[in-house]
Amino acid sequence: MQKIIFAEFIATDIKKFVIEAPKIAGKRKAGQFVIIRIKEGGERIPLTIADSDSDKGTITIIVQGIGKTTKELNSLKTGDTIMDVVGPLGKPSHIENFGTAVSIGGGVGTAIAFPTAVALKEAGNYTISIIGGRTKELVILEDEMREICDEVHVTTDDGSYGEKGFVTKKLQDLIDSGKKIDFVLAIGPIPMMKAVADVTRPHGIQTVVSLNPIMVDGTGMCGGCRATVGDKTVFVCVDGPEFDAHKVDFNELVNRNKSYEFFEKESLEEFECPSKKASN
Amino acid sequence: MEELTNKERMQIPRQKMPEQDPEKRKKNFKEVNLGFTEELAIKEAMRCLQCPKPVCISGCPVDIKIDEFIGLIAQGDFLGAAAKLKEDNALPAICGRVCPQEEQCEIKCVIGKKNDPVAIGRLERFAADYEREHTGIRKPEIKAKTGKKVAIVGSGPAGLSCAGDLAKMGHDVTVFEALHELGGVLVYGIPEFRLPKEIVRIEIESLKDIGVEFKTNSVIGFSDTIDELLENEYDAAFIGVGAGLPNFMRIPGENMIGVYSANEFLTRVNLMKAYKFPEYDTPVLNCKDKNVAVFGGGNTAMDAVRISKRLGAKNSYIIYRRSEVEMPARIEEVHHAKEEGIEFIMLTNPLEFIGDEEDWLKAVKLQKMELGEPDDSGRRRPIPIEGSEYVMDLDMTVIAIGNGSNPIIQKTTPDMEYNKWGNIVVDEETMKTSKKGVFAGGDIVTGGATVILAMGAGRVATKAIDEYIMNSSEW
Ligand SMILES: Cc1cc2nc3c(=O)[nH]c(=O)nc-3n(C[C@H](O)[C@H](O)[C@H](O)COP(=O)(O)OP(=O)(O)OC[C@H]3O[C@@H](n4cnc5c(N)ncnc54)[C@H](O)[C@@H]3O)c2cc1C
Ligand code: FES
Repeated sequence: MQKIIFAEFIATDIKKFVIEAPKIAGKRKAGQFVIIRIKEGGERIPLTIADSDSDKGTITIIVQGIGKTTKELNSLKTGDTIMDVVGPLGKPSHIENFGTAVSIGGGVGTAIAFPTAVALKEAGNYTISIIGGRTKELVILEDEMREICDEVHVTTDDGSYGEKGFVTKKLQDLIDSGKKIDFVLAIGPIPMMKAVADVTRPHGIQTVVSLNPIMVDGTGMCGGCRATVGDKTVFVCVDGPEFDAHKVDFNELVNRNKSYEFFEKESLEEFECPSKKASN
Repeated sequence: MEELTNKERMQIPRQKMPEQDPEKRKKNFKEVNLGFTEELAIKEAMRCLQCPKPVCISGCPVDIKIDEFIGLIAQGDFLGAAAKLKEDNALPAICGRVCPQEEQCEIKCVIGKKNDPVAIGRLERFAADYEREHTGIRKPEIKAKTGKKVAIVGSGPAGLSCAGDLAKMGHDVTVFEALHELGGVLVYGIPEFRLPKEIVRIEIESLKDIGVEFKTNSVIGFSDTIDELLENEYDAAFIGVGAGLPNFMRIPGENMIGVYSANEFLTRVNLMKAYKFPEYDTPVLNCKDKNVAVFGGGNTAMDAVRISKRLGAKNSYIIYRRSEVEMPARIEEVHHAKEEGIEFIMLTNPLEFIGDEEDWLKAVKLQKMELGEPDDSGRRRPIPIEGSEYVMDLDMTVIAIGNGSNPIIQKTTPDMEYNKWGNIVVDEETMKTSKKGVFAGGDIVTGGATVILAMGAGRVATKAIDEYIMNSSEW
């Protein structure tokens, strides 16, 4: 049982949790994740560790309520408990002084990119971040990013805040302006990561993405998280989650992530409207 | 009761295990074998000749005093029999259900030379169940506290047997388990209908009763390394992290939706209870009225295919590249599977999975095989027959061709010796690894084997661990 020390919505359907987990807080490195099971009978879902405080013994996760489990998680409040939290899992991000490093976060992906942006800055990089969302409401962690990055650019699809357009447009503009970019990290929806890879590929810019396949154990035991990178099958939970963006088979990942769409719908309906089944 | 002559004993036929009817059981997850009644157990126990030199014991990896416990059952002293079993086997209700007795103790039984051997496994199960149901598992004697601490990594049969024995010796034992539930393959791999999870839970409770501490959600290597365990708190460590990393066949289409590793399929169904979706949140792809094929011929393959039937599959196939004789699965499993309507396609190998434009599995391309000369494993090598390729419609498939080794310990404990497959190298007499203070046993040492071998390894290690922490710190 892990106690929620603090919980607050930071955007529509996006909630920040600070959870008591001293062991994980003391160990985790940027890029690693935890697996959470809310309650008996719940699913195991992976969530990237956005931040941690080893003195207080807490970790921070940021959750977008999409399916049943994430919505149920987001209904929990300060003082509630989470049944199981296991981690830190996965390989830490590879950090070095590349020169100029751009971290790109789309939507809740910004939360995942944040700790790596911090680490890139600490390693001495000139750190640029591009954070985007569909609309103003969905742009998160802007203040935190501004505090640590040398440059922050904000984009929204609808132009309600920052520059109108996708994060990739901003990235392209930066490249076209002649800025020398040595490293790009992109985290967000799969189409966004794929688009970033397409922008940087012709320029040969080293680009890393953090993959988000469906997972069960998170320890390399089941193979449910497998993805194709180059001509190899990888187990994302132990071989990743970060991979060379130019080699990832994004189409396969999109398809695999749809495996349980049908069940997720049923599960969500049952969660949001539990009386429906009983009254049938 | 009158003493029977050996001749009279030999005339009693081997007693049949009462079972759930196949038509009924293929639609539920309840246990298939129902267990002996007291009458059946006594009758079966009377078949034992009580040999002066019981050869059956030489077939048992933990040297259970088979003649003695069966003798006690024959006298109606069922609790005495259970206590006798416990002297050598920490988890008899589990072993009585899943051990391959037919190739261990029962194959040695002298009666087996002419008739069917004594049903040792069924009797083991009976005595353990009798104790659990009538008195609850009774606490064994525990020696005075030694003040020594041992860390056990992994809560599968290897870890559990090591933990139980060390606790009885008076040591403080903590078991670290990566998953949220204890038991290893016993809970995530072997299905409810063969090993009810309640039994595993109760046997683990009995270890808690004797002071074993359990920490779930602890992935050793990540949350603490082996070095940290030894530096900070523990006098020795035993690694029983099991196999891991499921093998795939490296053929085209293996990452399509509908292609599962056995580990994933079994974990979803057994550990996460996907067969109770949506009451439980984890789903498994729909098998109802579908064609499901499982590739492989071991226990894992049998478990997976029988689950698919219970989930409503129209056709469930075992597809194996050798012939039925070479299948490593227990005879009982194969027999049960056939009764439940599983179809066996032998001497056949997949070449490629075929899917639709969104990567959903639709079919598999297969090739016929024939048997050639024996290979390293002593089994005849399957050889493809050119031109025998054909396509079979398929909605879901499970690949059950074994596991590699779990990489987490190796990556985080590089100063220990591993073989080329990533298995930990140990001295078989003591289960000592090349690293001071660290012992290992079970599937992580042997590759995928059996529950009882894992338990036996845990037991061998116990003695050496006790010796190491109490007497000498030499390595
Ligand atoms: C489907 C299936 C059916 C089987 N049927 C039979 C049968 O009928 N009869 C039989 O005798 N054998 C059977 N086996 C084989 C048998 O289950 C195994 O040989 C046995 O469980 C091995 O025991 P173990 O203790 O070595 O490992 P496991 O049972 O694999 O347990 C290892 C445990 O360690 C945990 N772990 C892994 N890494 C870490 C880490 N870094 N930190 C902490 N914990 C960790 C794992 O989560 C797991 O719980 C079957 C296997 C399968 C998969
Ligand atoms: S989630 Fe099971 S192997 Fe990665």
